Amino acid sequence: MPVSKEVLDEIALSQEEYQLIVKQLGREPTAVELGMFGSLWSEHCGYKHSKALLKQFPSTGKHVMVKPGEENAGVVNIGDGLAVVFKMESHNHPSAIEPYQGAATGVGGIVRDIFTMGARPIALLNSLRFGPLSEPRNRYLFGGVVSGIAGYGNCLGIPDVGGEVYFADCYSANPLVNALCLGIAEADKLVKARASGEGNVLMLVGADTGRDGLHGASGLASRTFEEERELRSAVQVGNPFLEKLLIEACLELAKTDWIEGIQDLGAAGLTSSSVESASKGGSGIEIDVLKVPRREKGMTPYEVMISESQERMLVVVKRGYEDKVKALFDRYELRSDIIGHVTSDGIARIREGDNVVAEAPVALLTKPPVYRLRTRKPAWLDKLQSLDVKSIPDISLKKIAPTLLKLLASPNIACKHTIYRQYDHQVGNNTIILPGSDAAVLRIQGTSKAISLTTDGNGRYCYLNPFVGGVIAVAEAARNLACSGAEPLALTNCLNFGNPEKNDVYYQLKECIAGMSRACRVLKVPVVSGNVSLYNETKDEAIYPTPVVGMVGLIQDVERHCASGFKNEGDIVFLLGTPQAEDTSLGGSEYLSVIHGLVMGNLTIDLELERRLHRCCIDLISRGTINSAHDCSEGGLLACLAESCLANGHGFNSTNWRTDGRLDTALFGEAQSRIIVSVPPRLVSKLEKLAYKWQVPATALGIVAGTRLVIKDYVNISLEKMERAWLGGLDT
Amino acid sequence: MKFGIIVFPGTWSDRDCYYALNHTLGQTADYIWHTETDLSTYDCIILPGGFSYGDYLRPGAIARFSPIMASVERFAAEGKLVIGICNGFQILCESGLLPGVLRQNDHLQYRCQWTYLKVETTSSPFTTTCQPGQVLKIPISHYEGRYHADEATLFELEINNRVAFRYATPSGEVTQEANPNGALHNIAGIINKNGNVLGMMPHPERACEPILGSSDGNIIWESIIASIQRSTR
Repeated sequence: MPVSKEVLDEIALSQEEYQLIVKQLGREPTAVELGMFGSLWSEHCGYKHSKALLKQFPSTGKHVMVKPGEENAGVVNIGDGLAVVFKMESHNHPSAIEPYQGAATGVGGIVRDIFTMGARPIALLNSLRFGPLSEPRNRYLFGGVVSGIAGYGNCLGIPDVGGEVYFADCYSANPLVNALCLGIAEADKLVKARASGEGNVLMLVGADTGRDGLHGASGLASRTFEEERELRSAVQVGNPFLEKLLIEACLELAKTDWIEGIQDLGAAGLTSSSVESASKGGSGIEIDVLKVPRREKGMTPYEVMISESQERMLVVVKRGYEDKVKALFDRYELRSDIIGHVTSDGIARIREGDNVVAEAPVALLTKPPVYRLRTRKPAWLDKLQSLDVKSIPDISLKKIAPTLLKLLASPNIACKHTIYRQYDHQVGNNTIILPGSDAAVLRIQGTSKAISLTTDGNGRYCYLNPFVGGVIAVAEAARNLACSGAEPLALTNCLNFGNPEKNDVYYQLKECIAGMSRACRVLKVPVVSGNVSLYNETKDEAIYPTPVVGMVGLIQDVERHCASGFKNEGDIVFLLGTPQAEDTSLGGSEYLSVIHGLVMGNLTIDLELERRLHRCCIDLISRGTINSAHDCSEGGLLACLAESCLANGHGFNSTNWRTDGRLDTALFGEAQSRIIVSVPPRLVSKLEKLAYKWQVPATALGIVAGTRLVIKDYVNISLEKMERAWLGGLDT
Repeated sequence: MKFGIIVFPGTWSDRDCYYALNHTLGQTADYIWHTETDLSTYDCIILPGGFSYGDYLRPGAIARFSPIMASVERFAAEGKLVIGICNGFQILCESGLLPGVLRQNDHLQYRCQWTYLKVETTSSPFTTTCQPGQVLKIPISHYEGRYHADEATLFELEINNRVAFRYATPSGEVTQEANPNGALHNIAGIINKNGNVLGMMPHPERACEPILGSSDGNIIWESIIASIQRSTR
């Protein structure tokens, strides 16, 4: 059967890949087999272009229990017999087409990855990117995505505790929606996503299977798209109520010994869940599609196998326990059907009654080709990096206050309360640092510990210097955790890039991963899970290379944690880290973009200083020396001070601040490795001693005082004025 | 003394109520699945927050037909204490145990934030340990929390002192700015005619420890405990 280009395009396989399938199978594949190969060999499921690069990530550490690719999510031991299970995943393309359902089902998918493993989900975070809100379509996407996340997450009773959002032109047609979920489990009671034991039963639980989400993995997530309308059927519709029932039922099931494994149905639906569990269990599977309950009549075996209908789970039930498992699901009013069984021949056999419609080796289905491309640095990048700072006039004194207000109102810096107040961030009685600080903090009930979570990834930095941008993504996440007092445990990531078949994009991907890996090694943070979202392009324009890092840290003593806001009048404010920002720190800054309309420059970071800075900050917090700590990032020193003021309504006063170099650099430059802390006067010498111990420069900036931000001779502005700008930044 | 926490499909505040009562307040509280009908061993029934039946159709509209609701009605008719929180308040209104309805917030968005509640009566069993005019810091988390009733009902509530809590400023002023959802008369919680059923939108179970930002919710639980102790003595 000669296969047409249209057919292959629909499942995003190349002619060469098709020939490879024919060769290895020893025959032409059937239609169902072709659909299964298309899904499993897609970038989304098969990591064809990224696998070779992802190997660079360090993935071991003394606390790591489950590494990337081994299970649905990474697992880290936190002591007291407990483990945290977490992962981040993208739902970019569905959200671009149908923002509410795209974002909602993104939340649904990542939550399933967590409770599938027997862990109760206790936190959600979101990392979002949109085009400027001045465009009506971007406002529609933004509003839809935020309400989709709220609509789904709030219904589940999982607190949405943090995240980030950035706006830039390149995300206009291609918004990014990355969702992170973290769960907690007893370390010795994790459930595997494994189909093993010949004769064990495959049970499909939850929603009926419909035609929604056909070609989600192969089409939407694995190629660029131009005509959004024709792909609307590839977006699924979520039912959070059903998911909530699945959570409770599966967590109850996880406590029994009736099952061999559980796997959720995500991208590529029944195909990936059954074949991947068989692969992990070293077995084969046999499924009869006639036994799969349908939402509509006339569905073909092909459609049943690749449907991405939401809220479905595949449970591998030990033979003899079918009735018990079914009774458990019945109690939750959940439908459960036996659709097949585990075999020992290593074949994925799909039947429609007596007809065999697919019969392919599991090993072949799960072994897509791996591509490595030779790349070189694009010429345009040299141009972008060669910013001549001298060509930009320094800021004048009287412009400082209006510039600060403009930056505070910039959507990238402005308060995100209009977003997070739509999310339930307190359910579960664990959230002790609410959204708005550098990192969220949740106490762990029944222990004296807390965990800290953050997401970070500055696409503009990675665009200007993919390697250093990658380093900074990891460094900033760890710095945010340090500001809460937490030791980093591990990270998960979403790598959002353009079409990897292009030199420039592959170069960005390669460099970013190399940079992230370097930072992970120096800062000793293993990567335990992640996801790759490539082909984020529209009309040949790629997004900024945007790796998003989700990092989780541990606070040993829940009472010793910190937030970003100044707390007490009279506390002394110190800058920890690089005291004098270099002129190059204007490169890639929000200031340069908002005030001068430039996205240019290069970036640097001293990872050794960064590492010592984190040690120092964690040390200060664990000894109870400081009252606040805030990462100095977008908007530079002045925006950072303003945010620390605005958090709890305290002013700042400095009488002896001086700079030798450029004023704009000193106030708004985005030099890395800096944290602003406040300390009671009686503990200043202790702070200085610890800073000396860690060889971190500590510079006294001023004191917490009054209701204005005052730097004598430079700026004097009321909190009220700043707050108005900052709170209203996302209003449209 | 025993608290019963009713769990409908889709309920999620059950676990937080359980935590607040068993861990923070040292009481005994059990979960009760919505298909059960025997409430005879309980002193106080809690209808917790969440999205019972996904809030499909209308919040509380399906849950009110759960088998357990007939028992809850009998339990309330016997004069025993029933508290409905958030979705629980909505269910109480749907089932007619409390008057009025909870409409979509006036700004048409979900809202999760701290609110300050002015205690309007200390003669109810739910507020007996409060000081008159005391302000409680307790968070809300809802999309449909705007209390609404007709003029006659509002008059009846006001004149009989049945408004338990009103949204207020931290210093206790009842203002429009302090109202997070547009509720009529800034109403955050009301009591039934007999004084033994309370419905409130804010979540007292979330304000149960200082580390969570407030422990003011415990004052409501402590009032309930004190009232039950008094009545059984």
